[in-house]
Amino acid sequence: MSTATLTSSNAPAPADVKPTLLNALTSRLVIIVPYVWLVLFFLVPFLIVFKISLSQTAIAMPPYAPTFTLGDGIAAFFSNLRQLSFENYLWLTEDALYFNAYVSSVVIAGISTFLALLIGFPIAYGMARAPLTIRPLLLMLVILPFWTSFLIRVYAWIGILKPEGLLNQFLIWTGLIDQPLIILNTHSAIFIGIVYSYLPFMVLPLYSTLEKMDFSLIEAAQDLGCTPTRAFWKITFPLALPGVVAGCLLVFIPATGEFVIPDLLGGSQTLMIGKTLWNEFFSNRDWPVSSAVAVILLLLLVVPIMIFQQAQAKAQEQGR
Amino acid sequence: MLRKSTLLTAVSALAALWTVAAAAQDKVVNVYNWSDYIDDTILADFTKETGIKVVYDVFDSNEILETKLLAGGTGYDVVVPSGAFLSRQIEAGVFQKLDKAKLPNISNMWDVVATQTAKYDPDNAYSVNYMWGTTGIGYNVKKVKEVLGVDKIDSWKTIFDPAAMAKLNECGVYMLDAPQEIIPTALNYLGLNPDSRDQAEIAKAEEILLAIRPFVRKFHSSEYINALANGDICLAVGWSGDMFQARDRAAEADQGVEIAYVIPNEGAEMWFDQLAIPADAKHVDEAHAFINYIMKPEVAAKASNYVFYANGNKASQAVLDKEVLDDPSIYPDEATMAKLFITLPYDSKTQRIITRTWTKIVSGQ
Repeated sequence: MSTATLTSSNAPAPADVKPTLLNALTSRLVIIVPYVWLVLFFLVPFLIVFKISLSQTAIAMPPYAPTFTLGDGIAAFFSNLRQLSFENYLWLTEDALYFNAYVSSVVIAGISTFLALLIGFPIAYGMARAPLTIRPLLLMLVILPFWTSFLIRVYAWIGILKPEGLLNQFLIWTGLIDQPLIILNTHSAIFIGIVYSYLPFMVLPLYSTLEKMDFSLIEAAQDLGCTPTRAFWKITFPLALPGVVAGCLLVFIPATGEFVIPDLLGGSQTLMIGKTLWNEFFSNRDWPVSSAVAVILLLLLVVPIMIFQQAQAKAQEQGR
Repeated sequence: MLRKSTLLTAVSALAALWTVAAAAQDKVVNVYNWSDYIDDTILADFTKETGIKVVYDVFDSNEILETKLLAGGTGYDVVVPSGAFLSRQIEAGVFQKLDKAKLPNISNMWDVVATQTAKYDPDNAYSVNYMWGTTGIGYNVKKVKEVLGVDKIDSWKTIFDPAAMAKLNECGVYMLDAPQEIIPTALNYLGLNPDSRDQAEIAKAEEILLAIRPFVRKFHSSEYINALANGDICLAVGWSGDMFQARDRAAEADQGVEIAYVIPNEGAEMWFDQLAIPADAKHVDEAHAFINYIMKPEVAAKASNYVFYANGNKASQAVLDKEVLDDPSIYPDEATMAKLFITLPYDSKTQRIITRTWTKIVSGQ
């Protein structure tokens, strides 16, 4: 895309669009802005976290050493540099706690993502096939929960799920159960919380791919003898795949690092990496180890996703 | 649509900044205190008397306060850490020494409490006491009688005996998510030094806590107030004043929930919440004025009457509600007082063992 814009400005232009210096500059600027954004708000903070992960704890403000300040001489800078070490990363391998927390977070996020897909797909499909006139309304309804604070919505689930809560009162009233179900402070409550909170992130990308789908393809498939189920798996699902992938990533990534939902709805036995990070940072005042946990989390999430995207891009190119 | 709303947010954020900048010219003090820990009229009265506006913000764990303080630049002028945390924060250089000349009301303070707090803050150079209390057992009288068949709880045995806890499990038990309170309590129950740093002894505390772990519904440091008051749980290990707040909320709701608090026979941990001024505070004079105001006997009494914690202000006892002053679970008698213990800050190695032990207890990992 970027090279295309650049070469086109060098190529002999049609008479009505004269490439000017300003035009070339603007197109370059458009490309530069996202990079500047990424460097400022992703790379720089990441490098700071990475640097802290190589430090040691200290009783000081901030609670680690060494700290680099701009006023330091070059000698001080190098002596500080020599104090950095990978010790904290070794520490993470010595205690199974961290490994278990990573695994448990990925499992919880994975199950939640799958559930969100199961619930989100029919919703998105229904929206995409709804009459054109009511689609904006449906879209609005999906976005509507964002108008209330996330925290308040999660808190509301406490009121619904607790032993004397709305759900149990209702179920006892209907006579389905006679003892209140213990849902709050269990894994089930976490799944409910994550699926509920992240469902719009699943529905929206699915809707936008399904909306563009040509539904006459399904008619064609059925004319050619496909059962509705087979038509779904042969036509709808493959065409919706980009939306499925985008939705799953949008749910899975934040759910892995989720702290608020497991803290409020989950029981104490739930081990998630967000909580482990919190413990290192707040209870142990160990900023270096918590930074190391964060760096590893990032590598664990970003690297597989990048490989996956690369593979997908390649597959798409070959498909063409 | 989206762009419009972003613009709106940006405009309102700018507007908020503008107000903050305008307020900076007025006299103001930024206070960061524990949640549910003050009678709001005290703040209004302080503003009325001194013309200093109070910006009040709350936290519910020492860990959160400490992390903010260690990062620096909090913008707070008065903060309220507990003893062991205060002590370590002083060492890290977080606080400035109090200017006692600006605190004439300090003569009202109670020497008994001051001697204790001096163990954390030598000569009480950096802090004065706001409230102090104990970490004990709060329970739903009716439900506990139903489940255990006893009229009242008087021993930590109820908590540390798995058989009793298994029964209590039916109606729900919460425990503070505060290792530096629960582990010393377990050590004390075992007859060991509650302030022990010995790894083998801490392991023994871990063992009895792991045995009762399956019966604890949740470890949390503030939710138990509402959970007890609403009758969602029947027992909680937590801070004295919180239990009295639960008792009061239950009485207000009038749903037949009755809450009692006990300092068990074996004794309990005693803790102190101290008013201190961060080194980088911007409104130092106003901070002193605020602390001095809190040390007025009638103000300290009003605060205690509201939160049901004992304060470190001797002169306030003359004006305190009898209900508060004569309650042995708030102002313990001398025999109980002798059984209370305090803990000093852990070194970083012990801290790691304590936190790791706690993670194992809480998450089973």
